[in-house]
Parts: sequence; C-alpha cells; structure tokens
Amino acid sequence: MGFENLLLGFHIAVTPFNLFVAVVGIMLGTIIGVLPGLGGANGVAILLPLTFTMPPTSAIILLTSLYWGALFGGAITSILFNIPGEPWSVATTFDGYPLARQGQGGQALTAAFTSSFVGAFFSIVLITFFAPVLAEIALKFGPPEFFAIQFLTFSSFVGLGGGNPLKSLVSILLGFILAAVGLDIVTGQLRMTFGFTELMKGFDFIIAVIGLFGVGEILLSVEEGLKFQGTSTGMNLRVVLDTWKILPRYWRTFVRGSFIGFWMGFKPGGATPASFMSYAFAKRFSRNADRFGKGELEGVVAPETAAHAAGVAAMLPMITLGIPGSPTAAVMLGGLIIWGLQPGPMLFKEKPDFVWGLIASMYTGNIIGVLMVLAFVPFFAAILRIPFAILTPLIVVVCAVGSYAVHNSMIDVWYMVIFGVVGYVFKKLDYPLAPLVLALVLGDLAENALRQSLIMSQGSLAIFFARPISGVIMAVALLFFALPVVTPWWRRFRGGSVGTPAPRET
Amino acid sequence: MRAADLATAVVLMGLGGLVMFDAVRLGYDWGSDGPKSGFFPFWLAVALVVTSGLIVVQALRRHSPQPFVSREQLRPVLAVLVPATAMVLIMEVAGLYVASALYVAFYMRWVGRHRWITIALLALGLPLATFVIFERWFLVPMPKGPLEAWLGL
Repeated sequence: MGFENLLLGFHIAVTPFNLFVAVVGIMLGTIIGVLPGLGGANGVAILLPLTFTMPPTSAIILLTSLYWGALFGGAITSILFNIPGEPWSVATTFDGYPLARQGQGGQALTAAFTSSFVGAFFSIVLITFFAPVLAEIALKFGPPEFFAIQFLTFSSFVGLGGGNPLKSLVSILLGFILAAVGLDIVTGQLRMTFGFTELMKGFDFIIAVIGLFGVGEILLSVEEGLKFQGTSTGMNLRVVLDTWKILPRYWRTFVRGSFIGFWMGFKPGGATPASFMSYAFAKRFSRNADRFGKGELEGVVAPETAAHAAGVAAMLPMITLGIPGSPTAAVMLGGLIIWGLQPGPMLFKEKPDFVWGLIASMYTGNIIGVLMVLAFVPFFAAILRIPFAILTPLIVVVCAVGSYAVHNSMIDVWYMVIFGVVGYVFKKLDYPLAPLVLALVLGDLAENALRQSLIMSQGSLAIFFARPISGVIMAVALLFFALPVVTPWWRRFRGGSVGTPAPRET
Repeated sequence: MRAADLATAVVLMGLGGLVMFDAVRLGYDWGSDGPKSGFFPFWLAVALVVTSGLIVVQALRRHSPQPFVSREQLRPVLAVLVPATAMVLIMEVAGLYVASALYVAFYMRWVGRHRWITIALLALGLPLATFVIFERWFLVPMPKGPLEAWLGL
C-alpha cells in the first residue's frame, strides 16, 4: 500500500509547476546557504509569506527545496572559503578546505554533494517506510503521550545538545514563556500583557526566527570582520566523473554516516553532533587515519553524509507527530497551520495527497538539487565575492520585508530588531537559540497537552508515568535531563578525562 | 564576559519574577475545571528564576579576562544596528520602499565607500524588485508612505 501512495505522491511532485517550484527553491536555498547570516530556518521564514497564495503542496515543496538547497550550500562555503555556512558543515571544513588549497576543490565539492545526496536519499527511503507506521502508532496517542514526546524533545537539547545545560534550559523556558504571552484561548484571559494592547497577539516565532538567526547572525559576522579568502572551484565534468569513480571505495563510510545521521537526526539538534560523530568514526576506522585533517576525501564524505541524513530525518517527527525536529522544520510546521492544515498523524488520513506529494518531492528535490549544485558551483561561489557592504544591508532589508509580510504589521519589524539584539547577545554568551524557537512554536501545544492530561488525572502528575508509552518516553526524557549531572560524575568514577563538549546547533 | 553573563542572568531572573507576579494575579492553582491560566507560566517562571540563579552562581565562580565585546568589535556591529533601527523608524513614516533605498544607499556609501552609480543601481533596484515580487506577483502589501501615494500606487 505504501508503494501506491508513493506513486500518487510522484504524480503530484512531478507536475511541471511543482518541478519548477523545486528548482526555484533549490536555487534560492543554495544562495541562502552560501550567504553568511542567512540559513535554512530564516530563509524559509522570510519566504513563508510568499506561499500564502499557493496550493499547500506546492508551498511545502518550495520550502523543503529551499531547505535542501541550504544544506547543499553549506558545503560550498566550507570547502572553498573555510567558512561553515551552517554549524553542521564545520566538520566538512577539516578536510574540505585543505583539499581545495591543494587544488582539489572540485574533487572535494563533488564528494561533498554526492555524499549529501546519498545521506539524504537513505533518510528519505527510511521516511517513506517509517512515516506511515509512526503516524499509525501516533493516532492512538492521547494528551499525556504528546506531552511526553515534547518533554523528550526538550530534554534532548539539555542532555545531548552539548554546551552549558543550564543555558539550554533557560532558552527553553524563555521560549515557553514568550509563547504564553497574550490571549489564553482556554480561559479567555490576557496573560503577561501588563496593559499593552500590542502584546495581546503574543510573539510570532517566525519573527523570532528572522530576528534571532537573521539579524543576530549578521551582527555576529560583521563583528568577526568578514574576510573571504576563496580558492577557485576547479570544477568540470571530468573532475566529477573521476571523483565518482573513486567514491564507491568509501561505501562503508557512506553506510555508517547514513545510519548515524538518521539515528541522530530525528531527535532535535541532531545534524551537528551527527556530522562530528560520523567524522570521528571514519577517522577511527580508516586505513589512512593520519591523513585526516590534511585533506582526505573520506573526511569530507563522512560528515556530509551524516549531516544530510540527519537534516532529512528531522522532517520525520514533523510530518508524523506534528513536532518539529529543527528550527527549519518548526517554520514549515507554522506554514502548515497557516495553509489550513492540521499537523500531526491525522494528516496521513486526511491529506494523503499532501503528505505523499511532500515525500515524493523529497526524492525529486534532492535529485534536482545535486545536479544543480554540481552544475552551478562557480555561480554560487561567486556570490561570496560580492562586497560585504552590499550584502549586509541587502540581508537586513530582506529580513525586514519578511518580518512585515507575515502579519502586515510594523510592530513585528520592531520585534525583529529586538530579537536580533537578543540573538547576538545570547549567541555570544553561549545560550543556544534553537530550543528557544522550538519552545516558542510548541508552547501552546505543550501547555494544552499538559492541561488536558492534568484534567484527565484530576491534577496528578502520575498520569505521565502510569500509561505505558508516555511512561517509557518520560523515563528516557528524565534520563536525558539527568545526563549533564551524571556524566561528569560517571567519568570521574571511571577515572577518564572530561571530554570537550560538542559544538552546538543553532 | 563575566559581567555580561551576570547581567543577562539577572535580567532573566527579573523577567521570571515579573511572570510569576502576573501568574499569581491570574491564579496558578487548580480552578473549577482544570489548572488556571497562570499555572503553566508560574512554574515556568519558577524554573527560570532557579536556573538563571544557578547561572549567576556559575558565573561568579568562573573568571574570564576576555571582555564581552571589544571596542573594535562593537563599532561594525553598531554600524549595522543603528542605521537598521533608523530604517525601521523611517519605515513607520515613509514606508518600506523609501526606507530600504535610503538604508542601502547610506550603508554602501558610509561603510563600503562604493561608487555612486553602484549605489544608485542597488538602492533603487532592491525596492523595485521587492515591489514586483511581493506586491505584484504574490499580492503581499508592504507599508507605504507619501511617495507611493503621490505615485498613485
């Protein structure tokens, strides 16, 4: 039955208009991925208002294609300019940039794009099979189970996110508090507006994404002083074909990276740790481990495969449970609500054409994507040669346009500026931004799930542990919350040294 | 770095206090038909105060000689931020198109010292492109001012 549905999806995804939308999305996405200060999440947020008049399936294809493009774009800047456009491209710079310096940029880029494609493809195949099953299970979930899953989502930021767990927790709490501002739909009371009518509508997370990631990131990058010391791409058909002949040699790295990526990816914040983990594994098992970091092709293959597998896997909880695995998925979830769709397991029953069109478009989008980036690398690399005194105001204006367009309101543009400053300060002080955004998106859902559960149980928290599914999920979540406390103690107990924390996802 | 870390944590604690105050007003206990409006915010605020309190303790125990931001770093940041704020102010009166043209032109000239011809092309081209894409193709209206009224748009 899954196959028939997929076929139906391809009928929708392969229409000329939807293919055109995918091409436009990948084009814009790759540009966004290359540009400093613009990433997948805020790129999707800025373009969201343009999709209001489109059919939902075309709209989601545009946004997901943008996301694939941004994932591909990150590799270009990492390899040619030693600038990771996205946090999960950091590991790609280790061997990608040395390769480019040695004049093998074309080889590194081909390997990166091909690995991205392989990782993404692996995850899409798994999504095709797992998504309907997961949605079927999720249909039986009640409010306690949904609350437990959200609890798990946030616990994994604290326990597995790396960095300071207290600051991750503050980000989550702040996001939930901001989400509660305004009209409480259950009781009809105004919360935390303190008499300001502007606060009645609350804070929209799309504005928060544009401010925190867009404006905040621009402020950070001008502070660091943008200097691009690019190497030439050295890309042509011959290089591509020659590299493809070498790549099958690394099939073990491909398989390992894909599995690590998928496994890490459907949990929030997974892409970055997945890329580092895959790199570390590849280095450990490689015969030329000493060449890693000096320009080893396998060192490009490993993180790129995992990062893309993870990036795609982040879509799985979004379409099956209505719970986004990354800020980008969160913005798409916001889009679903605006287009009049109810995210969650019912989507598979009520809108099969939408869901399967989306899944099929993941195949087409990634195939188009890899061909486009391979063909147009020099064009995308040229974008970084635009002087930064032109790029900076352009990006700020685009952010302002996007913020205004969401609700046609000027106050949102002011919020964008404020969120920009907050994002800059938080980033510098090592407060993670992704949990804040996710909490802001899920705030109302989580609160309702909590309220309904407590009403079911007459106010007893025991309900979360008495039901088998939510009990198990809650236990895992509590374990994740305890990890930052337990891990140093455990390491001391075993006499090991305290490792360096993994870099975090933005 | 430590001062900024402390200041942020203290501000967050204050914010938590403010939320708690409002949650108490709304009622944070069990109502006739379930938890009252203030229930969820109240416990969030309690957790926020406790967690930022722990961050304060952590920051007090750690020394970092490195400043939060140096003077050379702050200059380019303010050079983006202040004109951007001015742009939003102008947007309130003159609309997005005029404001963005002025902002792009100002930044390119002041920071980038680009030639006037490049500046004119981009400062006029960007609002025009925004107008065509948003207003004409996708029917998303942007804020307008006297100039657009005069042009009859």
